[in-house]
Amino acid sequence: MSSTDAEGYIAQEPDYLGAGHTVRSWLLTTDHKRIGILYLVTLLFFFLIGGAAATFIRLELATPPGDLVTADTYNRLFTLHGVIMVWFFLVPAVPSTLGNFLLPLAIGARDMAFPKLNLLSWYINLVGGLLALAALLLGGVDTGWTFYTPYSSLYSNSYVTLAALGVFIAGFSTIATGLNFIVTVHTQRCEGLTWMRLPLFVWALYATSMVIVLATPALAVALAMVVMERVFALGLFDPAQGGDPILFQHIFWFYSHPAVYIMILPGFGVVTEVLTCFSRRKVFGYEAMVFAILGIALFGFFVWGHHMFVSGQSAYASLIFSLLSFLIAIPSAIKVFNWSATLYGGHITFEASMLYALGFIGLFTLGGLTGLFLASVPIDVHMHDTYFVTAHFHYIMVGGMVSAFFAGLHFWWPKITGRMYSELWARLAALLMFLGFNFTFFPQFILGYMGMPRRYHSYPDEFEMWNVLSSAGAVILAVAYLMPFVYLGLSVYRGRRAGDNPWQARGLEWQTASPPPRENFGPLPVVTREPYDYHRSDEEPSAREGDLDFPNRSDTETR
Amino acid sequence: MPEALHEPFHDIGKQRSAEEAGIWIFLASEVIFFGGLFLGYAVYRLRLPEGYGAAMAETNLTLGIVNTALLLASSATMAFTVWVGREGLQRATVTGLIATLALGTAFLAVKGVEYYEDIRHHLIPGHPDFPVDVPGAEMFFSFYWAMTGLHGLHMAIGLGIIAWTVHAVRSDRIAWRETAHLHVVGLYWNLVDVVWIFLFPLLYLVGR
Repeated sequence: MSSTDAEGYIAQEPDYLGAGHTVRSWLLTTDHKRIGILYLVTLLFFFLIGGAAATFIRLELATPPGDLVTADTYNRLFTLHGVIMVWFFLVPAVPSTLGNFLLPLAIGARDMAFPKLNLLSWYINLVGGLLALAALLLGGVDTGWTFYTPYSSLYSNSYVTLAALGVFIAGFSTIATGLNFIVTVHTQRCEGLTWMRLPLFVWALYATSMVIVLATPALAVALAMVVMERVFALGLFDPAQGGDPILFQHIFWFYSHPAVYIMILPGFGVVTEVLTCFSRRKVFGYEAMVFAILGIALFGFFVWGHHMFVSGQSAYASLIFSLLSFLIAIPSAIKVFNWSATLYGGHITFEASMLYALGFIGLFTLGGLTGLFLASVPIDVHMHDTYFVTAHFHYIMVGGMVSAFFAGLHFWWPKITGRMYSELWARLAALLMFLGFNFTFFPQFILGYMGMPRRYHSYPDEFEMWNVLSSAGAVILAVAYLMPFVYLGLSVYRGRRAGDNPWQARGLEWQTASPPPRENFGPLPVVTREPYDYHRSDEEPSAREGDLDFPNRSDTETR
Repeated sequence: MPEALHEPFHDIGKQRSAEEAGIWIFLASEVIFFGGLFLGYAVYRLRLPEGYGAAMAETNLTLGIVNTALLLASSATMAFTVWVGREGLQRATVTGLIATLALGTAFLAVKGVEYYEDIRHHLIPGHPDFPVDVPGAEMFFSFYWAMTGLHGLHMAIGLGIIAWTVHAVRSDRIAWRETAHLHVVGLYWNLVDVVWIFLFPLLYLVGR
């Protein structure tokens, strides 16, 4: 237990980073903060691999003929890109890194409810990732990230079994994390932190965890059935034995549509924290935000059929799935409106994380609205499997989720490392990312509308201009993604001391040292006020005190 | 004696309820996992009722009944174990666990005999000598193998955990009196049992 000085600050004791320097102290740690860092390292590794595959894809598509790679290699490239990015980057991105690091801090707890399970989940994730990686090194998988039957079960000669097992195993890792989050939020909240005082980041992680626990096993069983069909020749989806390949799609999307919300809900939470802090405002409509999060998590389970409008499912099913897909836009829109209303009248400053968060709102809105186009049956019949779909989900996943991930990483970086990064470079990277992203993916809406199908390595000449634009944008995007590696990396060695609360934010995680001590807090905090109390409800918001870059107390401390 | 209370808890009651909540959440995910198989079974049964009926006549009802009895008995011994465990009776707890272990192992042994018989009768989907020539019969057996196989795997994992628990309780390696360990193992074992209670009629009885 930590001792505290006269002002209630934690006395000089090693922070979580200084609690041990051996490899063993990291690999056997049960500290949620260190596990978050472990996840961050593996995640960035997979992000780079997935990004490298995307680079080859855009390089191939820069010219109309298939001149860089063969059609078969191209299939393996986009499958690799999809599998790695979805399951080994996007799904665990925010929950396993920022969530792991911050959830106990944000609820005033000393650790997760099950610290050992938390560490185990990282190892399971690693095993799953290595299996998937092995499948890739041995020659790759050519089914697309969706593993659609009967292709994946009967015809593909690639390493489907190995990759599917990798994803299957990684699923247990996310289930373990989700389970841990739910129990932690239920049992570890500090005194006075009632459910309606939880930061929306915590609510978002809680809802995400619910979806993880109830959706991921559907993916597991779908993949298990494919593996059994491949290995034991059971005809579960084999038409020759009376099987129906479409059944796989139903089970797969019963997971994979909620998985979209697994990926995006934590981003909602991150963005709320950042927006309120840099506009010095209470969040507008806290209760509505909570119910919107829970509503999205619930409704997300009932829209999977909108991926299957052209699969031959009944027209009635399609119409109902279409209607439900429109309905889920309501809570999503509530969130966007409330974020806008939060900004209204606030003292807005444009720190890097704020730029990422604002970018998130714009890109998510565009991705969401084009999702409504696709939720409409006649338009989807026209657009299905075109680049319009590719652009739509990249606006949500990359424009939305990756922006939110970077917003959170920049927002909490001073808390995680205790150091400030170069604000100038960070702002530049944020702007470049927004620019490069639109440059890359907006042309794909037009390509899709013109009728260019996804998953082909060559295309007719009339699509060339838009593809060249998209590939050029990808270069900018790649630079914008690599920049943070440099300035964040440098900040660890050269950055100014951040102080406990450089942004003057109100969350509990800012009421302890940066980086936090092993036990997170001295005496556990007691909450007496609403979240986001940047100003009293009867008062106008006020600007941050002092020089905006003014470091506080810990700056003078010697660690 | 091992410490019952683990970080970050300060109250054993709260820790117990957290452990119990954890296993319930895990069981919810297990239900969804098996749900995918039940869904597939139901869809194809609706489409191919004759094939299912004809194929089901080939399953070994006697061994199915024996196994159901064995597994129900093991659930009872497991419930007994949790109950005496809460009272802190070490010898009774170990006895209950060993009885569960024996009954569960017997189930798997009977299942092994049954599998052997099935293979001898070529009840393998896609086998050239598959005995039932009705569309859907092979699909029934695809699900028979997939469902009993995955159920058997869950049983094997459960037996492993129970075997370790016997050792841990006997040597007091874990604080089994205070923590929810036995309760958690018991709930997992009961879920495996409940899955079988659905599998037995679906694979041996309904429409025979």
